[in-house]
Amino acid sequence: MSDPLPSSDPVELLAGLSLFADLARPQLEAVAHSFEEEWVEAGRRVLRAGFAGNSVYVIAEGEASVGIEGREVNRLARGDFFGEVSVLLGEKPFADVTALTPLRCLVLPGGQLQGFLLSYPAVAYRMLQAEARRLRRTTLGPE
Amino acid sequence: MSEAHPPGTYPAVVVGSGPGGLQASYSLSRLGIEHAVLSSDPAPGGMFRSFPFFQRLITWTKPFAPAERGSRAYGRYDWNSLVADEPAHAAPVWELMDGTSYFPSRAEMEGAMVAFAERAGVAVRYGCTWEATRREDDGGFTVVTTDGEYRCRVVVFAVGMTEAWTPPVPGLDACPHYVETAAPKAYEGKDVFIVGKRNSGFELADGLLASARRIVLGSPRPARLSVIAHSTAAARARYLQPYEDHVLGGGTLVLDAAIERVERTGSGYRVVAKGTTIPHDWTFDVDHVIAATGFATPMRDLPDLGVATFYQGGRLPAQTPYWESTTVPGIYFGGSITQGSIGLKKYGVPSNSSAVHGFRYNARVMAEHIARTHFGIQPTRRRLEAGALVPLLLSEMAGAPELWNQQSYLCRVVTASPEAGLTDEGILPLADFVDAPGRDAVGVTLETDDTGDIHPALYLRRDGTVTEQVLPGNPLLDFETAEHRAQLAAAVSWLTG
Repeated sequence: MSDPLPSSDPVELLAGLSLFADLARPQLEAVAHSFEEEWVEAGRRVLRAGFAGNSVYVIAEGEASVGIEGREVNRLARGDFFGEVSVLLGEKPFADVTALTPLRCLVLPGGQLQGFLLSYPAVAYRMLQAEARRLRRTTLGPE
Repeated sequence: MSEAHPPGTYPAVVVGSGPGGLQASYSLSRLGIEHAVLSSDPAPGGMFRSFPFFQRLITWTKPFAPAERGSRAYGRYDWNSLVADEPAHAAPVWELMDGTSYFPSRAEMEGAMVAFAERAGVAVRYGCTWEATRREDDGGFTVVTTDGEYRCRVVVFAVGMTEAWTPPVPGLDACPHYVETAAPKAYEGKDVFIVGKRNSGFELADGLLASARRIVLGSPRPARLSVIAHSTAAARARYLQPYEDHVLGGGTLVLDAAIERVERTGSGYRVVAKGTTIPHDWTFDVDHVIAATGFATPMRDLPDLGVATFYQGGRLPAQTPYWESTTVPGIYFGGSITQGSIGLKKYGVPSNSSAVHGFRYNARVMAEHIARTHFGIQPTRRRLEAGALVPLLLSEMAGAPELWNQQSYLCRVVTASPEAGLTDEGILPLADFVDAPGRDAVGVTLETDDTGDIHPALYLRRDGTVTEQVLPGNPLLDFETAEHRAQLAAAVSWLTG
């Protein structure tokens, strides 16, 4: 089953992403206003390895490639997020993320991540689940 | 109606006669690119012909500053004047300021725009409205106007974020927008609900403190303050009086609330809202509601041509680092619309491309890019002796207004090759420099980190890979210390072999 087309209304858009699935409408509105929106053309980097001060990105539309030293290690699509590992660890990103198609992202500056997750524990729990799935995948291989 | 630029064929067309259009036209002219400038207005100035509503800007021009007036370095302290290459072309805003504030009045700003158009020789066809756009088979465009058709290879739309924008809240579209605010007298003794907690919302609240009975500011997200966010995009200090009134219990309310709907109630309005940071159901019966909810780019038929847009359903066109449409080559944007080219946005700090002190520099870089890629004109580049590299970069990070005003967005670049030696490439978009392939090079810019520390940052491109190296900050913002010189020299020594 394919996803319905992403909405241009930022609240509807968030409501359709699993990371925010537990939030009520007023909370979604506040979250929608906390995130900025970015649009990146295919072929451009969104996250750059070794550069400090990065943000956390949630893909609203499009596909991206995760690369380490030019080698693709993962692909990301609508609903996936990236950039959080370096922010949580206070380190520079170790991977590049490059847009494979035109990419629309919701963006939260790294410095706001902690306050955001503490304000919305339901999102923190969803994010933890996603990290657990990633850990399982890297430990056991693809499901 | 002006007689300049009759309909016909031109290499390029610029639409708009606000600061963005004037700066783009001037920069194109300096490179010898013939173009028509078209504007629906009767005179220069764009939004500054009417706004800000309370008639004083939030961007400063310091009549007395540590840098000499008229020098390039002065641009760091003068956020409002357009940039000229020759002193005779300049129309600095401070010349017109009456000395009562370092924020020019709207009229002073408008006057400076008029003076710039005159002194810099920017000819505009006024009263000529852009109505439609066609893409031609040869890759060029036809700009259809009230005066006729203009054929061209490149169009620069510098039409401002000038369309009142209202979020899809039931009933809000029937309330006056910021642009429809009445004179303060109309709000005397009234209850006023302002939707929006950005600069335009706080500007109105500040201006109505002396007349309104009670002011409520409401929007979903907590107010962000410029001194906390390190950004001019957050609420500016001089509009914070309503916020202080709220914090000290003066009666003004600043609420984090999602507006569910607005209803008419006889002579007034009922605002139904839900608290976001603190859950609560609220109903406000007020005399006036004003939507200070921002602006959108008047895109007209550009989306039909394939111009991609984004941001809350399309308030901005998607742009490359050189402010070209990502989807329709040959269509460029100028002025405040250039904020749609986001850049690295390090530490969450956006560019200043929404304001004159940012976008005036974008225009120069864009004009050079247009000259190179569409007209085969190579802007002159200066060769550098090896011994000149460190002094140049050091003085740029100490005082270049492009780097101070457009932190982590524009950078000064020097490339190196065995044949040509060192070349000063001038100012370039950082987002392009760090991702584009090319010769070994160094780019320098400034950045502000999470702690508010401002410091220089170097980007070193070696064998195709770009690494970042941050230099120390300095409490006096002096980046020409012996320590900076030594660290810089060590970082770039490989470039000079």
